[in-house]
Amino acid sequence: MSQDFEPTIIGFTCNWCSYRAADLAGTARLKYPPNIRLVRLMCSGRLDPTFVLKALAGGADGVLITGCHPGECHYLEQNYKALRRYLLLKRTLAQMGIEPERVKLVWASAAEGAKLADEITKMVAEVRAIGPLNWPRGDGVENIEQEDLTQSEFVPEEALA
Amino acid sequence: MSSNGKPKFAMYWAASCGGCEIAVLNIHEKILDVDANFEVAFWPVAMDAKYKDVKAMEDKSILLTLFNGGIRNTENEEMAKLLRRKSQILIAFGSCANEGCIPGLANLSSLAEIYSAAYNSVSTINPENIIPQSSFTVPEGELHIPKLLPVLKPLNHVIPVDYYMPGCPPESHQIEMVIDLVIKVLNNEAEQPPIGTVIGAGESTVCDECLRERNTKSIKQFVRIQDVENIDPVLCLLEQGIPCNGPATRSGCGALCPQASAQCIGCYGPAEGVIDYGARLMTAMASVIDSNDSSEIERIIDGLPDPAGQFYRFNLANSLLRASKAAWNGNGSAKEE
Repeated sequence: MSQDFEPTIIGFTCNWCSYRAADLAGTARLKYPPNIRLVRLMCSGRLDPTFVLKALAGGADGVLITGCHPGECHYLEQNYKALRRYLLLKRTLAQMGIEPERVKLVWASAAEGAKLADEITKMVAEVRAIGPLNWPRGDGVENIEQEDLTQSEFVPEEALA
Repeated sequence: MSSNGKPKFAMYWAASCGGCEIAVLNIHEKILDVDANFEVAFWPVAMDAKYKDVKAMEDKSILLTLFNGGIRNTENEEMAKLLRRKSQILIAFGSCANEGCIPGLANLSSLAEIYSAAYNSVSTINPENIIPQSSFTVPEGELHIPKLLPVLKPLNHVIPVDYYMPGCPPESHQIEMVIDLVIKVLNNEAEQPPIGTVIGAGESTVCDECLRERNTKSIKQFVRIQDVENIDPVLCLLEQGIPCNGPATRSGCGALCPQASAQCIGCYGPAEGVIDYGARLMTAMASVIDSNDSSEIERIIDGLPDPAGQFYRFNLANSLLRASKAAWNGNGSAKEE
């Protein structure tokens, strides 16, 4: 892989823990690579696997899912749902040929700015090492000659005559 | 082709099994209404026709085309484009045209793997390892057969589609309903539905139509239906640990399979509003697993030995990823053409 490759990682964070951990990392001036784009969710339980698939299909090289430690969910146990979805998703992605390093789940409390920065640094290095994902983009309609369907008349005039 | 003044009807099959054609014939005496209201212009399974006859037709001269089958090879693609040009209304008919269906599962494999499975495995006696070539020179000249595309595409990935009619195959009562609707629109007795609508199906999920009893779902293991000795006739199948795809699947079939104690396998495609069918199912199945311990969860999901097949049996070619890395790269390129 080219030395210049910089991965794009989408990070899903929980409002109550990992988002604040990222905030803390910032206030504490901890450094982590700028390759990650954080998206705040209210809870890791909000993470629909669709988000991960859309990120990967749309050009991301990896996805980091973060949430509160087991037992510490603000909404009692939604992070366990996230865990189960993640484990199902991982097996499916493996069949699709996507390397396991590209999608990770990490628990980080609001106090663990250093841990989160560390995990991001590690993941960026791992994904950089395996190279770009380059999933074929688009929804598949890119090659269609778009005809003006509003002009499509259901009833031909001859049929009415 | 002689014209008797009736609007023209066409039905074509691309990468499909022929079940959709049988489903159309399975509407019994309703087929007489089709004959009374339409002239069959092109329907290879029912009557002899040549592609050149279709090419000779005037553009937009076919009123209604039911197109079933996915786009597996260059012939499928050419016919899709041709019929789009010749048709006023084109319906993606059945799961293959809508979302790839079972043939779309080949998108888990590269072309090389597909050829090897078809021509170089126990399924075929082929000691000389002969594999079809797309062109071959014989004394009389050069012969061509259509080329396989690296991935199978649903119909709307190659041409614009007016209406979508899901199902593998679409249920007879839904086909009858759509035929009635078309005839009513022709006679100005009903409004034409907006372009892009899913027709001949419901808007909810199979669970919504299913009569089985539903309680809190929490399961400790997934079981394969053939391994269950006594299936409870009234309780929700998912609650019995049988991986039923009802929660993500569009209604419209009348929940036939669960009523017959077989799990829904998802042939009506994603329910209204679902972006990625498999993702919706993963969410649903993750929610019913009764464990918070990762090693126990792993053990429970061992009960789903083929997650991609379970979650994308009909929908792989139209999912967000559409094909595996092997399929995308199998032709030496991640890009089409």
